[in-house]
Amino acid sequence: MRKLILAATIVVLSLSAAPTAFAAEATAKPTRQSWSFAGPFGLYDRAQLQRGFKVYREVCAACHGLKLVAFRTLASPGGPGFTEPQAKQVASEYRITDGPNERGEMFERPGQLSDYIPSPDPNEQAARARLNGALPPDLSVIAKARSYEVGFPGFIIDAFKQYQESGVDYVYAYLTGYENPPAGTTLPPTQFWNKYFPGNRTAMRPPFQNDQIEYPDGTPQTPEQYSKDVTAFLMWTAEPHLESRKRIGFQVMIFLLVFAGLMYFTKKKVWSSVH
Amino acid sequence: MSGHSTYQPQGRLMKWLEARLPLGGLIHSSFVAYPTPRNLNYWWTFGGILTFMLAAQIVTGVVLVMHYTPTSKDAFDSVEHIMRDVNYGWLFRYVHANGGSMFFLAVYIHMFRGLYYGSYKEPREVLWILGVIIFLLMMATAFMGYVLPWGQMSFWAATVITNLFSAIPIFGNAITQWLWGGYAVDQPLLQRFFSLHYLLPFMIAGVVVLHVWALHVVGQNNPTGVDVKSDKDTVAFTPYATVKDGFMLVCFLILYGWFVFYIPNYLGHSDNYIPANPLQTPSHIVPEWYFLPFYAILRAIPNKLGGVVAMFASILVLFFLPWLDTSKVRSARYRPLFRQFFWILVVCCIGLGYLGSQPPEGGFVLAARILTAYYFIHFLVILPLLGLVEKPRAVPASISESVLKGAAPASAGHKAPDRNG
Repeated sequence: MRKLILAATIVVLSLSAAPTAFAAEATAKPTRQSWSFAGPFGLYDRAQLQRGFKVYREVCAACHGLKLVAFRTLASPGGPGFTEPQAKQVASEYRITDGPNERGEMFERPGQLSDYIPSPDPNEQAARARLNGALPPDLSVIAKARSYEVGFPGFIIDAFKQYQESGVDYVYAYLTGYENPPAGTTLPPTQFWNKYFPGNRTAMRPPFQNDQIEYPDGTPQTPEQYSKDVTAFLMWTAEPHLESRKRIGFQVMIFLLVFAGLMYFTKKKVWSSVH
Repeated sequence: MSGHSTYQPQGRLMKWLEARLPLGGLIHSSFVAYPTPRNLNYWWTFGGILTFMLAAQIVTGVVLVMHYTPTSKDAFDSVEHIMRDVNYGWLFRYVHANGGSMFFLAVYIHMFRGLYYGSYKEPREVLWILGVIIFLLMMATAFMGYVLPWGQMSFWAATVITNLFSAIPIFGNAITQWLWGGYAVDQPLLQRFFSLHYLLPFMIAGVVVLHVWALHVVGQNNPTGVDVKSDKDTVAFTPYATVKDGFMLVCFLILYGWFVFYIPNYLGHSDNYIPANPLQTPSHIVPEWYFLPFYAILRAIPNKLGGVVAMFASILVLFFLPWLDTSKVRSARYRPLFRQFFWILVVCCIGLGYLGSQPPEGGFVLAARILTAYYFIHFLVILPLLGLVEKPRAVPASISESVLKGAAPASAGHKAPDRNG
């Protein structure tokens, strides 16, 4: 009976993971990648985050914003590990609209650490007007805003495996999932076929080609590597405190396990006179 | 059955206070000397866990409110501000968000424990009804809290649920617009939900006080369902129940911590990290896991008004449970047939939860209809009949007798539990 109840609670608990937004039949299921930040002791790969930021700046930033990310966080612990002067340098390369000044006018100035990364378009309408009606989403929390359906019983096993990377697995799959449309399907020049995208028709062109972005550290300059790096970077923008969360979590778990042990033996001792 | 307090205030200040407000005596009689049945198992520790969860939700919630902005323009970004810029804001937010799920997990275990051991039966009817009221308040609070981050699921859950009121004949649309404070889900709704989400937990706390008061008047039920007959049947709340509750609470916190620190978004929906967009409906609108069985009942009925009525009826039926169950025996231990039907009900509720997460099409709809019908049949047909046809097993004469292993029950055939003190 007790086992039954346990199983029942687990099933009920895990049910919320079953539904997902993407149910289009033709959509392929992303493959799970190995990520440095997965698992109970996962950490970001600093060099990978720095490469990912480079990829974002040189390619993605043409259309996508990161409006929730402040320049100062580039030098925060648990992040890409830029030094503060480096972060300052990065910030100063952006133009920030500020104001109004004492004459009541808005003006532009170089970015500072306290600024947030400016978005490429001032508003939704401007983006749509520029991009054939498409609206590129802001990428700040995209790694947590996407997912894919795991189904039963996989979603229960995932709770035990601490699988929390469905977002990045989807984003990576999407970035590398472009292919020719099936025979008989013709797409307008503003649409592209992606086997992981719900409905398959996406307005984003295949983003990467070989050697498009220069990696000074000798990392392979392939679309797969670019996709992997920028996806890891987007996990950091979505979850900047992941490392301290897992570190504190481990401390809390050790404490609770010891505490539970002490409570168990105290309980045994107290009740020994009753039984 | 409140504990006969032997409390003696120590020191001049406590004696002075006790003569004017016997607070020490109240605490002593309620949480120290209070006699608890000696045979309580670990399913009885969830009352304490629930009290802890309510306190944890209020404390983390108060901190979150210091940094949250309840406007449709800024709500989403202010939650992200908490996650990024507030010191340990991510911790408070994840503890609070997962705390809702843990709260419901604990309350469902608590409720099914009450169902299994017949804790709703005479003289605990009022205790049970207060519990159902707490459950309703919890559902309202959790739903409104889910709306506050103003993500896609927040917005569309609010839209779906507030639209249910439009099913009310004649006044439906007027009521819905009154709830919205306008002609669509927008700023006024978010702001009043925020207000109510802050208010309701304190109403819950108030009803919890009544719930505990009622409990201390009639005393706890126990796994045998037999009334306490003598001092041999009980042990003092402190240290016995305190240490047992404490141990289980720590075990519960390990599970809680697993979610908070390692899979904090597992129980949520990824769509809620997309800012609310009134022009774009998510392909599947699903509530949080703890509402899924009710969502399945809502969608099982092909008529909108009928679905709403069925959903509310599925909770209202619990108010009448003490009178729907006609059996004089409380505990399922001595009710072989009821015990089987209990487990069928558990499976039925889990099944409804699964169906609530699936799109309402094809076989899912049929299955949801069958399980919805069974849910009501369990309470309205099976329970009343079972008390008449079931032959219960022999009930032990007293709690202390049942604790002594291998002892044969003194009385053959079931003995109607008589009230004691």
